[in-house]
Amino acid sequence: MSTLLSVSQLASQRAGRTLFADLRFAVKSGDLLHIEGVNGAGKSTLLRALVGLVELQEGTVEFFPEQNELAENWRAHVLFMGHKAAVKTELTAIENVELLAELGGVSNVDTWDLLETVGLIGLEDLPAGQLSAGQQRRIALTRLWFSEAPLWILDEPFTALDTFGIELLHTKFAQHIAGGGAIILTSHQPLSWQGAQFKRIRITGADDAGF
Amino acid sequence: MWRWLHPYAKPEVVYHLLGRWLPWVTLGAVATLSIGLIWGLVFAPADYQQGDSYRIIFVHVPTAMLSMSLYLALAIAAFIGRVWQLKMADWALAAIAPVGMVYTFISLFTGAVWGKPMWGTWWEWDARLTSQLILLFLYIGVLALYHAFSDNRTGAKAAGILAMVGVINIPIIRYSVEWWNSLHQGATLTVFERPPMADSMLYPLLICLLAFALLAAALVMQRMRNEILRQELRRPWVKAQFAAELTEANNGQKGQA
Amino acid sequence: MQASNWQALKAVMQRDLMVVMRRRSDVLNPLLFVLMVVTLFPLAVGPGPDILGRIAAGVIWVAALLSALLGSERLFREDYLDGTLEQMTLQPQPLPLLAFGKMAVHWLLSGLPLVILAPLCALLLKLPMAGWWALVATLLVGTPILSAITAIGAALTVSLGRGGALLSLLLLPLFIPLLIFASGAVEAALVGTEAWPQVLLLAGLSLLTLLLAPFAVAASIRVSVN
Repeated sequence: MSTLLSVSQLASQRAGRTLFADLRFAVKSGDLLHIEGVNGAGKSTLLRALVGLVELQEGTVEFFPEQNELAENWRAHVLFMGHKAAVKTELTAIENVELLAELGGVSNVDTWDLLETVGLIGLEDLPAGQLSAGQQRRIALTRLWFSEAPLWILDEPFTALDTFGIELLHTKFAQHIAGGGAIILTSHQPLSWQGAQFKRIRITGADDAGF
Repeated sequence: MWRWLHPYAKPEVVYHLLGRWLPWVTLGAVATLSIGLIWGLVFAPADYQQGDSYRIIFVHVPTAMLSMSLYLALAIAAFIGRVWQLKMADWALAAIAPVGMVYTFISLFTGAVWGKPMWGTWWEWDARLTSQLILLFLYIGVLALYHAFSDNRTGAKAAGILAMVGVINIPIIRYSVEWWNSLHQGATLTVFERPPMADSMLYPLLICLLAFALLAAALVMQRMRNEILRQELRRPWVKAQFAAELTEANNGQKGQA
Repeated sequence: MQASNWQALKAVMQRDLMVVMRRRSDVLNPLLFVLMVVTLFPLAVGPGPDILGRIAAGVIWVAALLSALLGSERLFREDYLDGTLEQMTLQPQPLPLLAFGKMAVHWLLSGLPLVILAPLCALLLKLPMAGWWALVATLLVGTPILSAITAIGAALTVSLGRGGALLSLLLLPLFIPLLIFASGAVEAALVGTEAWPQVLLLAGLSLLTLLLAPFAVAASIRVSVN
């Protein structure tokens, strides 16, 4: 079982407030790590810090510590999805998916098949701006189907999805983890997960540690 | 190689270090400034062409020269902040920029005041004045960008990138403005490019240059100290520092009462 | 598996082109702006060819600078708001390369049309024929600088949400050499001296800017998504 991510002594402050300090954990293949915390506790900041979108005050983040060839080019093997869907509202669902696939380096994606899977058939040639938030989210989520990244870092993936969407995502997660991948996610909803390697980390947003 | 520098990257250490140097630098600035200005304004001989009005160079030339150097220092601080991720360098940037801007403004203002008796006009599109005006715009840009961000760290980083872009542009701007000026045959009165100066004028000028450099250093150091306190407001060492100073002040008040 | 640099560059450019093609007014409005500014000048200073011809190149260039500022906010704003920008920084490909792609599309849709529009403006402003080729040549080699520097400013201010006036404050001083050499070249052509040196100089500056600007844009993007 290989380690996909190892984190030590992570600390972050925002506007003089300590969000978390001395955070350490490791993610192995087959893990699903649920980051919990109240609003503003720093869940998103933590995820963004992992991929380098937010600068760390302290600590180290190591991707694929045991696999040098992956570590050198970790961006190609880590899939990050933030709050924002990165879907272009002017383009149609099909165009969006095609561009996402092209940027992901995946050729010969069966776009129609994907759109059918996420339940967007019939809406594929409308500009995404005319779709609902949940539907736009689904366009973005197609990345999970064609991506070959072993590690997924997902910020609130269930946002705006209906029951069917949530169900679908759960199935996809199970598949990914069974295939040796790992997932780090944040979610307000309690996760009903039967997987063996379900971990939780709770960030409390330890306020003003310095005071 | 940078290991020896490491302790100096701690805000607390820098704060105290600056605090120790500041009185001396300030003293030096006041001393050289009084010597240089009194010598230059009172004792140096009058110019045979310009009379007494040339004496403004004792303010104009040092501020003009230093305004450029300060922009360079700004860009170097930005570069260090970028490459070595030193937050101290970001703060230095915030400390230097306003000082540089004020120097640029003073040099422009004194240039204009000098221009009145020389050229008979407050503003002449002379190459150096124009470059200096553009330098002022660059300073304003850096400061405006810095203050536009609510988060100072982001602001400093953004302003730093702009400062580096600016420093690459400055030689191009200077060259283009000089070329433009030669093309349009603007002011031909080259008061700025005079034959070698008499020693009796040169020495006070050099002292004034040193004085304004020390003054800039003192101002930057004081601003840097303020910046450190502002940024580290919530750190224990600042609280301890101020607890000590507060009790001291209280005791002093009691003593007076 | 990972997209090659070329593939990713192509995808980024294709996306921008497609998006802008759905919003053609974004391309048209700055051009109409230039045309209108050019129309204002004869009305303001009188239609005599002696004055107009002399200031024509300067007016067209100033209008070009202002129109570049006008549309510049859009360059990264949408990408920032919808998360595309942060995904771009997470691409395994070098960010300066992708930033270059965005700059290139921006030039194609704002700089190049300006070059094509220039003869019409020259006609309206009664620029003597001798200056025409110099005007078009300076616009051709100068507008890439415009796009590149605009991109730096836009990337720096994208997270602020109210870039407008601030952006012009940052960028206009940096445009000055461009303005000087470009209008100088046209003037040289008008008085019958060689304009090539200035055009070549501008081309050199353009090359230098295109070489360095993508790194500045990439650094600015990283600061902005923070």
